[in-house]
Amino acid sequence: MHRFANPARFLRIAAIIQPWAMAVAALSFAAGLWFSLFASPADYQQGETVRIMYIHVPSAWMGMFCYTAMAVFSAMGLIWKHPLADLMARATAPVGAAFTFICLVTGSLWGKPMWGTWWVWDARLTSMLILFFLYLGYMALADAFDDPERGQKAAGILALVGVVNVPVIKWSVDWWNTLHQPASVVKMGGPAIDATMMVPLILMAVAFKAYWILVLIFRTRSEIAGAKLRTLRMAQVHAAGQAE
Amino acid sequence: MDNLSAFFAMGGYAGYVWPTYILAVVVMAVLLIASVRSAHANERDLEAAQSLRPSRRRRNNPSAASAEPGAEEVPQA
Repeated sequence: MHRFANPARFLRIAAIIQPWAMAVAALSFAAGLWFSLFASPADYQQGETVRIMYIHVPSAWMGMFCYTAMAVFSAMGLIWKHPLADLMARATAPVGAAFTFICLVTGSLWGKPMWGTWWVWDARLTSMLILFFLYLGYMALADAFDDPERGQKAAGILALVGVVNVPVIKWSVDWWNTLHQPASVVKMGGPAIDATMMVPLILMAVAFKAYWILVLIFRTRSEIAGAKLRTLRMAQVHAAGQAE
Repeated sequence: MDNLSAFFAMGGYAGYVWPTYILAVVVMAVLLIASVRSAHANERDLEAAQSLRPSRRRRNNPSAASAEPGAEEVPQA
């Protein structure tokens, strides 16, 4: 893993991956939209609202995935002092927050017609809201110190502590009585939904994952350039101080 | 034409289905554009700062650097 900790190597690899991520994201998103809006049937119980699932469920997966990735990057940053891992954790946070936000709002838009309510304090919804706040807390903490390294350390610890929430979200529907339905895609004995609905779901999941890679590349590039710029300016101030 | 209006009506759930898709597209587009712009802005600033910086060799040799005071005077861009 240390081989990838070098920013120059990251930038080289990122330059190769970037166009592919862009192509995969664009194509699978276009295909995903086509299948989720046109080429898939309405649900026999939920009617056309089932189309909300193709945004809602992959967003929820991304919300949990990004948090886990952020925690892993933070652990690498804290344990091995990888500066690049810290930058990648920072770069992932807004993506996770965005998908968690999409998941929460689309869940509300789905809950109103199907459950008769925009919101209910059930275990799944509440733990997802906590996930959103963990992202906001992480981003606020990472920027709260004049010394970016200290902010990064504090935020990294928050990311690691908050990771307990991820399994809680995953199994909340099994551990507690929730209004939210249990898992129907990833479960023992195979998925409980039809293939015509599986296709748009998978396409959207692929599109969102490629989108994360793309945004991760741009944000990490931005962080690398920003960090170099800071070092450069600090050296200039230092040199100016010595010259006097 | 009927087909099209039926499509937009979403079986009476247009008010729930369309906001879902619009929200997802808008949030993802805004985040992507902000990330691309921030990367380009920081990389441009870094390049500008590096082009003004004295060469590495001179930087590591303080006596040579002080011999050319102009090289050390980098404007705070």
